[in-house]
Amino acid sequence: MARHAIKMPDVGEGVVEAEIVAWHVKVGDTIEEDDDLCDVMTDKATVEIPAPVSGVIAALNGAEGDTIPVGTEIVIIETDAAVEVDVAAGDSGASPGPAEDGKPASPGKDPEPAPHKSPTPAPAPIAQTQRSGKTLASPAVRARALELDIDLAAVPGTGPAGRVLREDLDDFAAAGGRLISKAGESGGANRTPKAGVTEEKVIGLRRKIAQNMEAAWTVPMITYVEEIDVTEVEALRKSLNGDRAEGQPKLTMLPFLATALIKALAGVPQANAHYDAEAGTLTKFEGVHLGVATATDKGLMVPVLRHAEAMDVWQMAGELARLSKAAREGSAKREELSGSSITITSLGAIGGITTTPILNTPETAIIGVNKMVERPVFDGAGRVVPRLFMNLSSSFDHRIVDGYECAVLIQKVRTLMESPARLFM
Amino acid sequence: MTTKKTCHTLVVGGGPGGYPAAIRAGQLGLDTILVEAGRLGGTCLIRGCIPSKAIIHAASKIEEMRAHANGGAGAMGITLTAAPQLDMAGLRSWKDGIVDQLSGGVGGLLKAAKVQHIHGWATFKTAKTCTVQTDDGEIEVTAENVILATGSRETELPFLPFGEDVISSTGALDLTEVPETLAVIGAGYIGLELGIAFAKLGSKVTFVEMGDAILPSYDKELTRPVAAWLKAHGVDVHLGAKATGKGTSKGKQVLKFEDKDGKARTTRADKILVAVGRRPCTEGWGLEAMGLDMDGPFVKVNERCETAMRGVYAIGDVTGEPMLAHRATAMGEAAAEIISGKKRVFDPRGVAAVCFTEPELVGVGLTPDEAKAAGENVITGKFPMAASGRALSMEAAGSKGMVRITARKSDHVILGIHAVGAHVAELSGEFALAVEMGAVLEDLAGTIHVHPTLSETIMESALAALGHPIHIAAR
Repeated sequence: MARHAIKMPDVGEGVVEAEIVAWHVKVGDTIEEDDDLCDVMTDKATVEIPAPVSGVIAALNGAEGDTIPVGTEIVIIETDAAVEVDVAAGDSGASPGPAEDGKPASPGKDPEPAPHKSPTPAPAPIAQTQRSGKTLASPAVRARALELDIDLAAVPGTGPAGRVLREDLDDFAAAGGRLISKAGESGGANRTPKAGVTEEKVIGLRRKIAQNMEAAWTVPMITYVEEIDVTEVEALRKSLNGDRAEGQPKLTMLPFLATALIKALAGVPQANAHYDAEAGTLTKFEGVHLGVATATDKGLMVPVLRHAEAMDVWQMAGELARLSKAAREGSAKREELSGSSITITSLGAIGGITTTPILNTPETAIIGVNKMVERPVFDGAGRVVPRLFMNLSSSFDHRIVDGYECAVLIQKVRTLMESPARLFM
Repeated sequence: MTTKKTCHTLVVGGGPGGYPAAIRAGQLGLDTILVEAGRLGGTCLIRGCIPSKAIIHAASKIEEMRAHANGGAGAMGITLTAAPQLDMAGLRSWKDGIVDQLSGGVGGLLKAAKVQHIHGWATFKTAKTCTVQTDDGEIEVTAENVILATGSRETELPFLPFGEDVISSTGALDLTEVPETLAVIGAGYIGLELGIAFAKLGSKVTFVEMGDAILPSYDKELTRPVAAWLKAHGVDVHLGAKATGKGTSKGKQVLKFEDKDGKARTTRADKILVAVGRRPCTEGWGLEAMGLDMDGPFVKVNERCETAMRGVYAIGDVTGEPMLAHRATAMGEAAAEIISGKKRVFDPRGVAAVCFTEPELVGVGLTPDEAKAAGENVITGKFPMAASGRALSMEAAGSKGMVRITARKSDHVILGIHAVGAHVAELSGEFALAVEMGAVLEDLAGTIHVHPTLSETIMESALAALGHPIHIAAR
């Protein structure tokens, strides 16, 4: 029997550690070459680590959510072969994302190595290996669970091999864990209070988001809200969509807003910038790398429309469609998920009249799009007419962008949007 | 004139399923009637487990004594100057005494639990009403709840009906003399237990078994010591052989059979013991009037022992395999508690089984082969009786006895424990406990087992599975 050690691969230049997002195997599993062992994540790109050889998983180091230094052995595979081999997973066909860090604001700055937590030797999978279908628990505990109407399978077991102990059941019951009531016993109306709680580890993308939000919260922000009459731009959008060519993507409002924003930013360049407070530098960009906040199953991601200033509305629509699909499918590359200079975030479809967007630091501005609504307005001649309105709720790094400048930028956007011909002049 | 009675819970059958059900129902304050046509205790107590163990014990005892009297005189420095003499009547009366004592005890327990016992045969008219023919006339019992515990009986071969010379296991326990020759059809646990006992008592025993192995539900590693004993003691075992009938040769009865090559053969058989299995008692008591669902030959029940008819429960052998007394008892208790409104299910992780063969064989849970077939990746640990000080000091170390633990490789949860060897039946409680509690290897290895006892072999086999047994060299 030979042991293959698989190390945390170097998934990108300058990346010193990566987080284990999900294990696809457990100790004792028999695996074939190229089976996925686990997903690891750096920044926001997720990479699958395939098995370089066939064999049996002998050990897994690190639990889901653990951040592991590059080069650390994460999987040991026992094979029938006679030779012992060390494999860095990256050498064996894993396709890590592109190397570049993609953050223009911190050129040459080495990411600070986080304190290396030594990976714990595979204690985790034990609790999850209950395969027989019956929960591991003593007869007394099983009887008590039945008495309490508690499905033992729902009770986290802390005993050996995940066995549910009397204490586990008591804790679960005390927390109000009367979760199942078998059909037929409770009748139709099942309105028992549910005081149960579930605790889950904040890992992966959610942890990344939390960290980013925390970082952003140190920034003094100003949020500016304005309503924009989009009746005409909406009419234009519909008309363009009406005679779009075969295969052309459908236009949303976003490319129009982006076009207006790009034009307006020329007058307020400090809103298309990165501020590094520590270094005391403001990096203004000539081009506009537009981050578009996108909800995915795993959480919020921000694919980036690079050099949006060089695109027309159709190009933007095409690129946006491609990027959001990639982000939703988890196939977006690292460079496509980082390096924006300003961000647009939209809860438009869901509703809400105002939001207070949080900056995607180190950017200095974020533009929030609210839902388009039809409202009655006076037309200047004393008549009430229906018009379409859309609110923009935009936040700025108030250390860099003054209130006046916020207003100038957003008013410019409003003017452009309200007379859409100007967008294309 | 029919006497009418009503009750809350009616139990039909006074065996190891029915009488505990009735006792438990009585303890729970339910107005309970138990109907049994025979003696209290059922197959187990009257004509099964208990009397057979008495005969087996006596047979082993006389065999041991012979060893000190004849060729083996002087073993352990003990010599009997004369060979032991067997008085079959004396053995029977000793055995019957045990049965009487236990059956009487059951009666006392039922009384203490305030269970009304009706002696007679119940026939159901509807699912909840039966008539019982008693010595004092007919009684009609109507109950809110019924527990069927009618048990099982020996399967008869149509071409060898039970009679004076063709006997069932029940008949074998009441023989008035040791037959000179005994042919046993069926080498399952009942046939082997009795066949081996009679071999020890002095019969020339021959087994005719249709399958290709003795004790087919156990693997070869476990059954090999039994096969070796049979061979060493001149017991003929014909595997893959089919009994075809009986005849006479030179004035003696013979069993006719086809051997595995299809050749017609005979073997002398003063008695022919038919031990080809048991079937549920589902006839002659009105099952057809009750509207129950069946599961093959058995009454179909769910994990609450409920039949298809509301308020009618069934327990024990009439509900399916394994047909074992302790399973019936556990079901009986559960059914009584369920009827009383308690939340219970019959949902064991394992039902241990014992064969009182020579040597004994015991198992609970999965064998390594069964575990693998179930998709488990397993490790096993074995410890030989030959390495146990206690086994050596009580002549229990021979015959390749051993304890074998089967555990899941990933988390060490014990999936099965099996043993073969002298006295291993008494280890079965710990085996069952380990499986029922969801023990892992470390639990057994970490429990201090008393020295010097046979139970140490359990701890050692757990250690062996973990790779570091103390009293044998680690692999």
